[in-house]
Amino acid sequence: MNWTLALPEIVLALSGLAILLAGVMQKRGQAFFSCTMMTLLALVVTGILVVLAPDGTGYGHVFVNDGFARFMKVLSLTGAALSLVLSVGYAREMEIDRFEFPVLIAFSTLGTMIMASSGNLMTLFVGLELSSLAIYILCAFARDRVTAAEAGLKYFVLGSLASGLLLYGISLAYGFGGTLEYAGLQQAVRGSAVLPAGLMVGIVFVLVGLCFKLSMVPFHMWTPDVYQGAPSPVTAYMAGAPKVAAFAVLLRVMAGPFGSMTPQWQLLIEVVSAASMLFGALAAIPQVNIKRLMAYSSIGHMGYAMIGLAAGTAEGTRGTLVYLVTYLFMNVGAFAGIVAMRRKGHAVSRISDLAGLGRSDPGLALAMAVFMFSMAGAPPLAGFFGKLMVFYAAINAQLYALAAIGIISSVIGAYYYVRVVKVMFFDAPAPALDRMPVSVSFVSVGMGIVTVFFIVGLGPVATAAQAAAGALFR
Amino acid sequence: MMTQIVFYVFAAVLVLSATMVVCARNPVHSVLFLILAFFNAAGLFLIAGAEFLAMTLVIVYVGAVAVLFLFVVMMLDVNFTRMREGVQRYAPIGGLVGGVLLVELVMAFARWRSASNIDQIAHLVPSSPTRTNTAALGDVIYTHYIFLFQSCALVLLVAMIGAIVLTLRDRPSGRRQNIDRQHDRVPHDSLEMLQVPLGAGVAAQGGFLRPHESYDVAAVPGTYGTEAWRVREATEETQAVLVVTKPAESTKGKGDA
Repeated sequence: MNWTLALPEIVLALSGLAILLAGVMQKRGQAFFSCTMMTLLALVVTGILVVLAPDGTGYGHVFVNDGFARFMKVLSLTGAALSLVLSVGYAREMEIDRFEFPVLIAFSTLGTMIMASSGNLMTLFVGLELSSLAIYILCAFARDRVTAAEAGLKYFVLGSLASGLLLYGISLAYGFGGTLEYAGLQQAVRGSAVLPAGLMVGIVFVLVGLCFKLSMVPFHMWTPDVYQGAPSPVTAYMAGAPKVAAFAVLLRVMAGPFGSMTPQWQLLIEVVSAASMLFGALAAIPQVNIKRLMAYSSIGHMGYAMIGLAAGTAEGTRGTLVYLVTYLFMNVGAFAGIVAMRRKGHAVSRISDLAGLGRSDPGLALAMAVFMFSMAGAPPLAGFFGKLMVFYAAINAQLYALAAIGIISSVIGAYYYVRVVKVMFFDAPAPALDRMPVSVSFVSVGMGIVTVFFIVGLGPVATAAQAAAGALFR
Repeated sequence: MMTQIVFYVFAAVLVLSATMVVCARNPVHSVLFLILAFFNAAGLFLIAGAEFLAMTLVIVYVGAVAVLFLFVVMMLDVNFTRMREGVQRYAPIGGLVGGVLLVELVMAFARWRSASNIDQIAHLVPSSPTRTNTAALGDVIYTHYIFLFQSCALVLLVAMIGAIVLTLRDRPSGRRQNIDRQHDRVPHDSLEMLQVPLGAGVAAQGGFLRPHESYDVAAVPGTYGTEAWRVREATEETQAVLVVTKPAESTKGKGDA
């Protein structure tokens, strides 16, 4: 057995344990910073190992390593590392300054990595549980705040329900397909002329469970409350790595075992995608809280990314992957701005609190404007290329209606993104915000540069995404 | 023949004890009957040749779950008589639901047929007739699915971290033990010898001393014996009927050796 296939995962798990031990040994109150730095180092080392890891399947076909898994793992590690950097600045004020915080982020990321290289429905479930369970705890981490407790409890209850549905779907797929392995399921599906109804129902349940994690309409109800209540770095993390991982398994399951029955599930994905895009665009308009706005925005963005899956082609998958890359960067950047929103030591999160930021802190205002325009899909910025590629794939797959809905809803969505920019630059100024710490401005500036100059790196990213998609559609 | 007798004994005791779990008046008896039911179910598993399952049932359910139940029943003040109110009222509807369920189960299992080729399905046939199912399960869990097994262990670890993170609180007023300081104590820290005249009694000498200093030595710094504690204790003491005062210097024992 080739156990070195999972070397990155093993290294991350062991360093998580070591950091936990190191945190316990240190004095309370001092452990947070050093543990965060160690976790960052562990994530970077894991990232390097991921890039170097060989291809293949191991552990009794439970674990798969290929270009696709590698792409997704690097993406989710990047998201985790960036949100960890965001947590450093205001850890004490946000009541997350305990050493368990980075450890939980590390274990959650490990779960997303396991999901990304799942070769078996059981691996999918275990990885999903590992990543979700850690996120439930992270949501309620600031346990003395009512909103955080509410967020944690709400996400836990609804997430458990979704896990139950997913598990039920997996059991149905096992019962009617005869195996849990993707390769075996693929053969079973290909071999039968008429699909058993139970397998179909199983696929739908698996889809529902994953759509819940992706907060797709109609399984999005938890998103605004949880995003608002959870500490901002946790929200930034939730919108990054776990979504990437959920997309990873969704793409892998739909392209692999159920790939030959694309016509049967395509309409379902199209409806979910269109509903998410429209809902994300319309429901965000009346929001006054920027974290809720970001929640609806993430619902919409997941809808756009889903277009690539609906296309059911390698080109569509490439579009989804590029979309996820752009979304990850602009999302973390926008959350850096939200973390920086503090006035006289207290966090503020209303959009009107940003008024006059253009004068009081032009740098932050410029960065936020870049992220907002990018999310709206304005041409030279990162968000545009993601949208371009998924729409292009949709049109090539003759999903004209879906592409049209996508374009309409991005026009609607542009309204509320641009409104944030208008508040920052043209409204009567509110009292100035506090100066932000170096870590937050580092993330903000870094992501701003990535978003603006994404066009330079588009070639390599698209090539890597192409290779990753190719690994899936062999 | 022998197997059948044993089976019926186990099954009968199982059904009886399961009934007693519901019917027993004393909740502790209910839990004890539950344990009996678990043991008999384990016996049934043994007869069926599933020795691993039997042992797991005993270890997990009797060893952990039933003891936990017993713990809950005995430690928590649950009013079981109130919970049992309305049994008469809900009995008909409960019986109806149970009856419907029974009929459905009979209908479902009466038509149960095993596939004719069930013996030939490769992964259902034991790899070798002499191999025990414990060994086979061990193979599956610890060899084939070692990756999933270890990942599940991480899930449990995360759950453990979560339970601690969300509930553990530092109590600054808690009286935690500091063993080093306790060991460093000498009699002189806590004892004070007084010269008490014959027939005068201790109260006349200022009552019993409460040695603050010794608590200071034993307690973790910043917990007991801090300034806030002293203030609180002082106010409480002045309100008390018996005023404890420090004895005058002259009454302190000189010959306390």
